Amino acid sequence: MVASTESHETSGTSEERRPVVVVQDLHVEYRVFATGKRATDADRGGLLHRAKRTRTVHALKGISFTAYENDSIGIIGSNGSGKSTLMRAITGLTPATRGAIYASSRPSMLGVGAALIKQLSGQRNVILGGLALGFSKAEVEERYDEIVDFAGIRPFIDLPMRAYSSGMTARLKFAIATIRNHEILIVDEALAVGDRKFRKRSEERIREIRDNAGTVFLVSHSMRSIRDTCNRVIWIEKGELIMDGDPDEVIAAYEETR
Amino acid sequence: MTPTVDDPQAHGLTRVGGRPPLGEYLRGVAQRKDFIVSLAKFRIEAENQRQRLGMLWIVLKPILNAAVFGIVFGILMASTKNVPDFVAFLIIGVFMFEFFSACMGSGSKSITSNQALVQSLAFPRMALPISVVVQKFLQLVPTVGLLMVFLVLMGHMPSWNWLLMIPLTALYFLFCLGVAFITARLTVHLPDLSNLLPFITRFFFYTTGIFFSFDIRFEGMPKLLQIVEYQPVYAFLSLSRELLLDSDPLYDVRMQFWPIIAVWSIGLLVIGTVFFWAAEERYGRVD
Repeated sequence: MVASTESHETSGTSEERRPVVVVQDLHVEYRVFATGKRATDADRGGLLHRAKRTRTVHALKGISFTAYENDSIGIIGSNGSGKSTLMRAITGLTPATRGAIYASSRPSMLGVGAALIKQLSGQRNVILGGLALGFSKAEVEERYDEIVDFAGIRPFIDLPMRAYSSGMTARLKFAIATIRNHEILIVDEALAVGDRKFRKRSEERIREIRDNAGTVFLVSHSMRSIRDTCNRVIWIEKGELIMDGDPDEVIAAYEETR
Repeated sequence: MTPTVDDPQAHGLTRVGGRPPLGEYLRGVAQRKDFIVSLAKFRIEAENQRQRLGMLWIVLKPILNAAVFGIVFGILMASTKNVPDFVAFLIIGVFMFEFFSACMGSGSKSITSNQALVQSLAFPRMALPISVVVQKFLQLVPTVGLLMVFLVLMGHMPSWNWLLMIPLTALYFLFCLGVAFITARLTVHLPDLSNLLPFITRFFFYTTGIFFSFDIRFEGMPKLLQIVEYQPVYAFLSLSRELLLDSDPLYDVRMQFWPIIAVWSIGLLVIGTVFFWAAEERYGRVD
């Protein structure tokens, strides 16, 4: 009797914060064809031995953490540490070799660039990008003006995208990608796009999304933008989780090693 | 250091990146129909956008194609004099074959040449091969219209049979969709296939009877002719000729082609769909 009431009590008051993403002992391995010569003669093989010349890259080696509602988590680490692989695994684009990821809804990545066709006008690309994000045609048309105005490219909307400057392209991509309300959002270095004016606006938009969204992961090399937007930082190095905690502490420890 | 992790199931979380069951998957594909059609249309537009003649190339290409084959096989080789209405025979073959070879060629690359897209956005990957086939189909329709204009100009009057080109093209669409699903997945496993496929397409081209008639070439071998009828592309092409032309007994409609193309189309579509879906998780992988 006593035990059962106790368990009721704990389940009622256990969590003040709901976990939205749980990463459990995540391993990701890539198999790649090694090109170029082997270091020693003994390793040399002919054409027929080619298949054996694959190398396994162990990109993530057992990462575990839990992200809660309203967390904004900065992911830091040097180049090739596995940050982007981790983000791709969280969105489900890169399958886990071992371990698993659980989420309350499918996390989405802030990136739409690959869906666009640069020979076509900005107008066509807004529609295509919106559809690629999973909107219906009517929904994209509804948001069309908002996207174009946010990107600030109205005078150029009829020109093909290949005529755009890199800043304009980046702004357009950002504007399309952020029209969605995301419950779990992953931003990969997106804050660095455009000129100062646009950067300010985009940071504002990210904050807005964060308020509506719940959980944001931000991958960035800019410690400033991580400090500004995140309440928690995860530091990854060579596929392993080095530190997870308060931004100031983790960033300080990270910068000491550089 | 092993951090403690909450029990995910207890909080109603679901596993990310798993492949949904087939029915749910196909519903997801259907929800993306706007994306599929727009991608197809916009790609046609992008293809033709920089050319001065623009969209006109959709019909100009098959005409030039037919002209080249007409000159080579109709005049230079002159091996086909005994085919009645050779020009009509040839252009129907060339125009219709083009769709199959385009779907096989671009369809096989629909995943591998869109790696960036596959790795950055989550959507049912089947949208990509479908979009390719829709794109080629949108190019086929005006081509068939043009074909009919040519036939009228050459003195072949329209008959009720011409209407049957509609179900035929519909089945052809489903057939090529199946082909695209299968080759798209195979190319992901075996990138070498993209080098091999042009040869397979060419082999089909020369053995399907585009510029010669099987029925005339192998007149004394009824067994062989019977077997050839089961070759799907041959069946599609022959039936198109028989529906569109009626100037010679060679073009009498062989009703047995209908069940053959129907079984091939539905069968290949079902097999291709399951085959493609089964590897859904594989397409985003980098290796």
